[in-house]
Amino acid sequence: MPDEALLDVKAIDAFYGDFQALFSVSISVRTGQVVAVIGANGAGKSTLLKSIAGLMHPHSGEILFDGKPTAGLPAFDMLGRGVALVPEGRRLFPSLTVEENLLIGGQMRRPGPWTLARVYELFPALAERRNLPAPALSGGQQQMAAIGRALMANPRLLLCDEISLGLAPVVVRDIYTQLPRIVAEGLSLIIVEQDIVQALRAANHVYCLQEGRVALHGPAGGLTRETISAAYFGA
Amino acid sequence: MQWFNVILQGVLIGGLYAMFAAGLSLIFGVMRLVNIAHGDLIVLAAYISLMVVQSLDVDPLTSLVFVVPAMAAIGYLLQRGLLNRTLGDDLLPPLLVTFGLSIIIQNGLLELFTADSRRLQAGPIEVETFQLAPGVWIGALPLIQFAVAVAVIAGLQGLFYRTALGRAFRATSDDQPVAQLMGLDTRHVFAMAMALSLAVIAIAGVFLAVRTNFDPAIGPARLIFGFEAVIIGGLGSMWGTLAGGIILGVAQAVGAQVDPGWQLLAGHLVFLAILAVRPQGLFPKVSG
Repeated sequence: MPDEALLDVKAIDAFYGDFQALFSVSISVRTGQVVAVIGANGAGKSTLLKSIAGLMHPHSGEILFDGKPTAGLPAFDMLGRGVALVPEGRRLFPSLTVEENLLIGGQMRRPGPWTLARVYELFPALAERRNLPAPALSGGQQQMAAIGRALMANPRLLLCDEISLGLAPVVVRDIYTQLPRIVAEGLSLIIVEQDIVQALRAANHVYCLQEGRVALHGPAGGLTRETISAAYFGA
Repeated sequence: MQWFNVILQGVLIGGLYAMFAAGLSLIFGVMRLVNIAHGDLIVLAAYISLMVVQSLDVDPLTSLVFVVPAMAAIGYLLQRGLLNRTLGDDLLPPLLVTFGLSIIIQNGLLELFTADSRRLQAGPIEVETFQLAPGVWIGALPLIQFAVAVAVIAGLQGLFYRTALGRAFRATSDDQPVAQLMGLDTRHVFAMAMALSLAVIAIAGVFLAVRTNFDPAIGPARLIFGFEAVIIGGLGSMWGTLAGGIILGVAQAVGAQVDPGWQLLAGHLVFLAILAVRPQGLFPKVSG
């Protein structure tokens, strides 16, 4: 099959207690693809990522990774299969140094191109600060460390949750210019963003979530501003 | 010179208290679990050593070769099979379960070994002493015990800051969900921490049993000593725990010198004084 998907999310419903956060959401990602998931606050973007990463388990529906079902697998097993998440708010380990944070990401020892040296080459700012405690970094550097930490696991699918959140636009641009280099290593990417312009520029394919449902999806180049804002705000 | 001797004895016993405390502090640091059964597990280690000594006819220090792995295995299984199920947002279930465990261990030991006082005999080394300076005598066994305590603390500190396992402990302590995302099976990390804690307990239990008489009921008091040493030293630094143990040991020794009835009271008073003046302990964790 030519369009065999690396990740196939099939009609999942997800709940927080009685609150339903996702309603029959389906998305699919092919190898080498960059997929953007956009939507307003509370649209279910982070819930979708957590479900894919194994931090939450969907109530119904099915998630296939590399053709195999992932039902019930905990997060550390999903990482073993090649799904890494850059969590919202970066969430570096504060009592570890920058380098120790990266090493924790790499402790699964999945084979692949990413090593400490490669991460430092991608983000030279981290190399100079490798022995500092993680909280001593600026927000942008922390985001680089969080991305580097996930890359150290040599994932096949990298999930990025709101990497632009709380960062200066110039820093966001710096980080986004490195994404093509990451994809060039054969990864697929899902980026969750509120910054639509940034997301559309980086992605091949866009899904727009609205109140837990896929309101719109299509190739990034083929969507107009009007259709997106209609799907985004539910106008 | 008499006071110098008293303080020296206090310092040396402080090493033992630091070993009681190190395992307690490790567990609390990694998984926010207060192990009420900690003291009873120390006594359990003493009885396991007693069985090894009696059945294999070895001396107590050699029995550590068996007692340490046995206690570590018990710790791993206890965490995997029982305590992991009690961990969550609520701090109460692990407290209640380890309290229950404490009662079970005490009564189990009472059933098996009766309430008779026991003692491990270490042979001639027990009474060996040498003169440090004119008028200052030091026992070989307390000195060995203190040296082992310092080595244990140094080993734990090195393990925490220089090994992959230590990194996993600190990462899990910082942020459990993200640790899972990074491929750490927190159930296994917690079980390894408990195994390590009980390995330290094993050493502490054997030295305790060589030093004093023990029976199934003395566990809770050892828990208190360990707890006080942790609080005095401040959570987060193993060297602080050693300092906490030494301060408690010296306070008790000085109290006992003034009046034999004041030994425990003096320790508790110093603990309360430090808790009042410096509730974060003498060497708290530095937050970056």
